[in-house]
Amino acid sequence: MLSKFISKYWLLIVVTISLVTVQSIISLYLRDLISDSVDKGIVRGDDNYIWRTGGRMLVVSFLSVLAAVVASYTSSVVSMGLGKDLRNAVFTKVTSFSLEEIDKFTTSSLITRTTNDVMQIQQAVVMILRMVVMAPIMAIGGIFMAVQKDAKLTATLLISVPVMLAGLGIIAIIIAPLFKSIQRKIDKLNLVVRERVTGIRVIRAFNKEDKEMERFRTANFDLIKTSLTVNRIGSLLFPYMMIIMNLTIVAIIWFGAKQIDKGILQVGQMMAVMQYVMQIMFSFIMISVVFIFLPRASVSSQRIKEILETEPKIKQSTSSLKYSRNIDLQGVVEFDNVTFSYPGANEPVLKNISFKALPGKVTAVVGATGSGKSTLLNLIVRFYDPVSGNIKLDGVDIREFPLDVLRSQIGYATQKAIIFSGSIKDNIRFGREWITDDMINHAAEIAQVTEFSSKYPEGLEYKIEQGGLNLSGGQKQRISIARAIAGKPKIYLFDDTFSALDFKTDGKIRSKLFKETKDATVIIVAQRVATIMNADQIIVLKDGEIVGIGTHEDLLNECEVYREIVYSQLSKEETELQK
Amino acid sequence: MENKNLADKERFQRQQRLRPVGLGGPGFARGAEKPKDFKKSFKKLMSYLKPYYIGITLVFILTILATVLTIKAPKIMGEATTEIFRVIMIRKTTFSVFLNTKMNFEKISSVLSTVAILYGISALLNFLQGYIMAGITQKIVRKMREDINEKLKKLPLSFYDQRSHGDIISRVTNDIDLISNTLQQSLTQFISGVVTIFGITYMMITINGLLTLLTLVTLPMSAIAVMLTAKHSQKYFSAQQRLLGKLTGQIEEVYSGHLVVKAYSREKDEIEKFKMTNEELYKESKKAQFISGIIMPLMNFIANLGYIIVAVGGSVLVNKKQITIGDVQAFIQYSRQFNQPIIQIANIVNMIQSTLAASERVFEILEEKEEIPDKENAIQLEKVDGNIRFENVRFSYLPDKPLIENFNIDVKSGQMVAIVGPTGAGKTTLVNLLMRFYEIQGGKITIDGIDIRDIKRSNLRRHFGMVLQDTWLFSGTIKENIAYSKEDATNEQIVQAAKMAHVHHFIMAMPKGYETIISEDSSNISQGEKQLITIARAFLADPDVLILDEATSNVDTLTEIYIQKAMRDLLKGRTSFVIAHRLSTIKNADMIIVINEGKIVEVGKHSELLSKGSFYANMYKSQFLGVLVEE
Repeated sequence: MLSKFISKYWLLIVVTISLVTVQSIISLYLRDLISDSVDKGIVRGDDNYIWRTGGRMLVVSFLSVLAAVVASYTSSVVSMGLGKDLRNAVFTKVTSFSLEEIDKFTTSSLITRTTNDVMQIQQAVVMILRMVVMAPIMAIGGIFMAVQKDAKLTATLLISVPVMLAGLGIIAIIIAPLFKSIQRKIDKLNLVVRERVTGIRVIRAFNKEDKEMERFRTANFDLIKTSLTVNRIGSLLFPYMMIIMNLTIVAIIWFGAKQIDKGILQVGQMMAVMQYVMQIMFSFIMISVVFIFLPRASVSSQRIKEILETEPKIKQSTSSLKYSRNIDLQGVVEFDNVTFSYPGANEPVLKNISFKALPGKVTAVVGATGSGKSTLLNLIVRFYDPVSGNIKLDGVDIREFPLDVLRSQIGYATQKAIIFSGSIKDNIRFGREWITDDMINHAAEIAQVTEFSSKYPEGLEYKIEQGGLNLSGGQKQRISIARAIAGKPKIYLFDDTFSALDFKTDGKIRSKLFKETKDATVIIVAQRVATIMNADQIIVLKDGEIVGIGTHEDLLNECEVYREIVYSQLSKEETELQK
Repeated sequence: MENKNLADKERFQRQQRLRPVGLGGPGFARGAEKPKDFKKSFKKLMSYLKPYYIGITLVFILTILATVLTIKAPKIMGEATTEIFRVIMIRKTTFSVFLNTKMNFEKISSVLSTVAILYGISALLNFLQGYIMAGITQKIVRKMREDINEKLKKLPLSFYDQRSHGDIISRVTNDIDLISNTLQQSLTQFISGVVTIFGITYMMITINGLLTLLTLVTLPMSAIAVMLTAKHSQKYFSAQQRLLGKLTGQIEEVYSGHLVVKAYSREKDEIEKFKMTNEELYKESKKAQFISGIIMPLMNFIANLGYIIVAVGGSVLVNKKQITIGDVQAFIQYSRQFNQPIIQIANIVNMIQSTLAASERVFEILEEKEEIPDKENAIQLEKVDGNIRFENVRFSYLPDKPLIENFNIDVKSGQMVAIVGPTGAGKTTLVNLLMRFYEIQGGKITIDGIDIRDIKRSNLRRHFGMVLQDTWLFSGTIKENIAYSKEDATNEQIVQAAKMAHVHHFIMAMPKGYETIISEDSSNISQGEKQLITIARAFLADPDVLILDEATSNVDTLTEIYIQKAMRDLLKGRTSFVIAHRLSTIKNADMIIVINEGKIVEVGKHSELLSKGSFYANMYKSQFLGVLVEE
């Protein structure tokens, strides 16, 4: 899967790998030159040879740094470019998801996958290009060169490398699970502090401060105990590596001396073997570091792969192309025996729903928490598709329309207002270029946005921070309503949009709003009886089924559930008064 | 809700700052956050180290010794090489037959065993140093966290309300973690780095002055290379961080606003926007990555230069018989070790800077103003009747924005008091004052005639049961969450409370019933259900006075009525305060207090207020009588 992304950079990768190889070979060659300068230069007392070798070393080093600089550039292009491509692909994919896929992954996981996981891969690519390529070349090349100088001396590696790796391995095996446990304990401490800070009112109200302090203490102590163990074992690591390396050098000199004594080795060669052996051992350390890091990256690539391989359930139908954006629709919405259940759920949320919402009429939906009201609206905009039955717009199944054509006919104000950073105006227009400033001003007026925006010197150009931090919940809701009405759609969906507003604003908006929408189809979900009782048609939902459908008066007489809802808010007398 | 967003956002930003996500390069290349007051934070941090000065001194001595030994070893080892070389050179001469050409293996072995022992001791000392420092570091960290723990108890509620939660949490965990890492590693590394530079210079001078001088030429080169690359890469890294923050912001916005992005078919625009930022990020991070990637090769090149200088210069000097071959070998080893500490020190200086910035944030919390402690002779009440009076109460959160002035109410025992009014009118403030989360700034509040400031806070709060709109569930079982108010509650009592709160049925439908693990973030229970659990918690506490602050705002109206009935039974003869948005909730209250802009507008029963036809009546009408009446 990821190979598709990597293959784009094959040329640069080949270049990088070649350059790193050049670097490694030069590095080995340098050691060789030194050995030569000793054996041929010093031993023979040939100053000229020494200067020549020095000059050659300088040129070669310069070539090496040149190769390194270019390799650093190419590997940066490859790793960062790959990261960019992956992010683009993941982001594009996620925007194509319908709610079902988003629910499956959860928003926060999608965010970390787009950011952190891609980072992990970038990091791994850098490491692979710069280290993983270099280490084996250095190790193998080093061994090759060292053996050429003296095979017996090089054989010290047969002891020192296994001893080194075994030691590192044992330390890693002991520490790795402890690291995981530290991570868990940090999370625990985080949780305890977070609960302490967010729940401070409740904690103080119930006099639980001492208990919370104890929880903190335990979590802290727990964390510190493990960190202590890890750090103490960890202090072995560096001294261990150093001692093995240094003892190896000592051994080489000892055995080297014997070889030299027998006349089968030269001093310079011994010094070169020493250098090579160091190099080889460093390469092995590098390789073991890589082995610790790579599994993390492979988990990340797995997580990214999961996203890229997920196909959104909701798709454009192929026959949909006959409808264009400027299609003139009436806006008749019809549910025909629609049943829907969330993936994995046993019980359907909506069962056999049939009704018709007509232009110029207000259809209200009421029912208890969890009765499926919001789901019903989500089906109309095709965030989900029904399990059975169908939903029609002007008599045509909505699955026949291209998604953007269908959605351009609808103004949807969600239950929780969703606001983006940018100006108020941007938030109302929301990318729809065809909406004129006049239309925006008009919508802002109706939705009572102007009421608060006029207090800012910038008016509708007032900048909203990310997440709408500088607005109140009610203000956000008003902008969300303005957004829904600015496009003068054929169908309006209001999902409990008015409950976050205080009563006065609620009243003001509703009185103007329904004049605006008088030719359109309005479907409104609400809790407050007052909001809905003047609707042309009220649908009463209970456990996903329609238990009543009709006007306020009809339902008061016929529908028990509706009566209960009404009487929970209004007394009998008040209900009478309404009539 | 906004608060929560803010917290998340700040936490995210702090994480970005603390752990510059991923992409490597040496530390100094990335740049560090600087403390505002270097001296002060340094002093404070030192005060934490003080109790351990003996141990720390010991660690320093161990580090210095170990470093000195490591530096000493190559020089001694050189003697072995020199001996080998001496023999070889003699054998080469034409008179070799007359001379002693036997290699002195005794000398070589004694030299090598000395070296081996030196390295062994050095490794041991290094290990001991790390081992002791680990103990000291963890003790310091523990003390620091414990100090914060104690401090959190003493801080007034205003601290928690004003600070972003994510920020507080990050100070307790991330910042202290950073301090811990630095103490564990950087301090001793710094010392060994400095000792290494001086030690090696010294050793090289003792071997050969001329060669040392030649090697030292590379030192300013390394320094310049470090500074130059650091300057550039820090610029690019901070640009990368900024863009990464921007990109993540966009991702969060689009992913969490998915609903409307789809509903208004804005996907294409958002993808365009994302690609633009992503491209910018790519450009900057490519540069950052490139520069940080060339630092090591550059330093290696400089090290190689030193190497060549030593090799060429040394060889020439050997031929001139001014230096032994063993010394050249030692020199080579030294010159290779020479540049390493420079990178290390550059990293550590950077590290220490961000550590001081982190400790500054920790100390900021420890220096926050504390809550006024309870009076020494504070009273403890066994039982309260619930006669509550506010007399001329004055309060404001911000000195220049008076909120509550001259506030008077008189609540009789057993009454149900409703507080209504538009958002921001000061309803919740009354609860804050009653619970003494905030202290009033004028007048007094009495309970059964006793000023609440004369009562121990914990005792006062024990008599109040409080349910807030923002539910708070800790991660634990449902049972534990309900029993939070009364740890010794029996199972029957817990179930009873849950039944009264109409949540028993729902709990039983959960996979493990009362033993189901939940938390505030749990997505398997709705906001309304969370509210019901917290109501059960208050029921179980069996308080003398009950405060409900929008406690049923997310519960549907029918369930709400059932709960009210249960509450009425529970609260027979007890005082209760109810703050509600939905006016249907409070129609039966004995007293409705209508607040607007911190002042009482009206007081009375529902019917009285309605017939008066003023503020309350308007609110009520707009809520219940809907559009037609407005017109």
